[in-house]
Amino acid sequence: MRTILFILQKEFLQIFRNKGMLPIIFFLPLIQLLILAYAANYDIKNITVDIIDNDHSLWSERLTHKIFASGYFKYHGTPQNIPSAMEDIKDDRADMILVIPPDFEQNLIRKNKQEVQILINAINGMKAGIGSGYIQSILQDYNIRIRKEWMHATAVETQVSPQINVTDAYWYNPYMDYKQFMVPGILVVLVTMIGAFLSGMNIVREKETGTIDQLNVTPIRKVHFIIGKLMPFWIIAMAELAFGLVFSWWFFHLSYAGNIWLIFLFAGIYLIVMLGIGLLISTQTQTQQQAMFITWFFFVIFLLLSGLFTPVNSMPQWAQRITLFNPVAWFIKVIRMVLIKGSGFSDILPYLMIITLFALIINSIAILTYRKKS
Amino acid sequence: MNYNSSSIPAIQAESLTKEFGDFTAVDAITFQVEKGEIFGFLGANGAGKTTAIRMLCGLLQPTSGSATVAGFDVFTQPEEIKKNIGYMSQRFSLYEDLTVKENIRFYGGIYGLSNEAIKEKTGILLERLKLHNEAGSLVKRLPLGWKQKLAFSVSLIHDPAIVFLDEPTGGVDPVTRRQFWEMIYETAYGGVTIFVTTHYMDEAEYCHRISIMVNGKIVALGPPSGLKNKLNADSMNQVFLKLVRQS
Repeated sequence: MRTILFILQKEFLQIFRNKGMLPIIFFLPLIQLLILAYAANYDIKNITVDIIDNDHSLWSERLTHKIFASGYFKYHGTPQNIPSAMEDIKDDRADMILVIPPDFEQNLIRKNKQEVQILINAINGMKAGIGSGYIQSILQDYNIRIRKEWMHATAVETQVSPQINVTDAYWYNPYMDYKQFMVPGILVVLVTMIGAFLSGMNIVREKETGTIDQLNVTPIRKVHFIIGKLMPFWIIAMAELAFGLVFSWWFFHLSYAGNIWLIFLFAGIYLIVMLGIGLLISTQTQTQQQAMFITWFFFVIFLLLSGLFTPVNSMPQWAQRITLFNPVAWFIKVIRMVLIKGSGFSDILPYLMIITLFALIINSIAILTYRKKS
Repeated sequence: MNYNSSSIPAIQAESLTKEFGDFTAVDAITFQVEKGEIFGFLGANGAGKTTAIRMLCGLLQPTSGSATVAGFDVFTQPEEIKKNIGYMSQRFSLYEDLTVKENIRFYGGIYGLSNEAIKEKTGILLERLKLHNEAGSLVKRLPLGWKQKLAFSVSLIHDPAIVFLDEPTGGVDPVTRRQFWEMIYETAYGGVTIFVTTHYMDEAEYCHRISIMVNGKIVALGPPSGLKNKLNADSMNQVFLKLVRQS
């Protein structure tokens, strides 16, 4: 036990004396939190639109007005024909073209039926999908209004087919605040970085400087050494999580529905998994660069398959199966459950058990592969 | 059995062998080092010296043969050996980003010294090295010679029975080398067995006995004067060259 204290003391001295390490630990996470929270915005706004209005009627005017009044679209211009509008799309000046056919008003009134054409730049598939969704709901609304107006005019109420109105209620995140959704996930990313990257690099550093040989000829026990080397990062990552939660509450005005301590409980075990991964990587590498590169490789896969940016449910079956082995995905799921939905201990218990199992497996492998002897 | 009061040799190796695949790094070496002896372990680069030391320190499992260090078996009691040996490698192995005092405290701590013992040892050590004014300086600010002397002193902090020095004076100026060997003598006089490898043949003359390794085998073993007589050489340098050329 006393040995661990001596190692801990040494590690903290070294960490706080390392001019390169301090900013990584304290400033980068803050900057990341600020940038990612603002940039990773899934509200699609500012979809630029070219309007080709071949009708120039009162009704077509009303339609375009309605589209820009929604706040999601930005007027770009009114090119003369489709080829010149396509130029705008090619050069990224416009995301979408709305083509209103000639005789729009006439057909609308006479045949009670009309079509408009929408051309969307689908390079950014998500933006295109959401944009077309918005436009469709605006057109639908427009339809209903027209019918209503005419209903009064003609007073033939029986002709109108019954309407089903959908009212949305967004549960758990009533204002669809993407920060409420994204920030908890970003906190997971920060904690993961400290856990996996720094811990692995820290052990490999002893190999690089040759001090590990010196330690290996001392009676220091393998388990003591490992605990002493990893614990500082467990403590730092937990402190960072606490800081992140407080900062997000204060700065982004997030509200936390569930019990914060559940997050710390889960994070405590989750970090043991991450430190185990760092340890495992450090046993297989000789230099900090190697360790960094391998950690980065896994980190990217973990992150992309975590459900942070794209929902796990919309991944192909095989990828969903991989996410079952992705600790980051579990933590993001749990932190969102607790913070947004207010899930309690019994709700997250199955996930706690899964992550504990991960921790046991990873660390057993890591400790077995870490040798004092070669 | 207590090592200190017994007549067990400090190191005893019998046909100690280490193979890496097809390559035999250490080929059935047999030798004995007595208590309090300064034993020089010589050989060209790649002769197998470092592999042999690593086996004796419990860092490397031998392939075959047997050996005891301070009375403990290298196969079955490597952790006991580690408590009783000091080790200083050719690569500087103190923490450059810790101060002199912090390094002493750390190594004292992991060898299980009490806080009072650490404090006492620190005082003695700083006094002996005349490093009192540098106690709070980072080790990386010290000149190489001082670092090596500090590393040697730290490797003795737990009063080991045997200390292994793997090219302790590499890259150090002659004056400091001289001082370093004075420290070695002083330590051996206090009853500590010294097992030292070196490239400097003048240093080999300082040893009580030396062994010379070529291609994994010990080709000569004895006091420097004896070897010189046997091979009809004027200096250890000649002894070394003759032996290496022979094989």
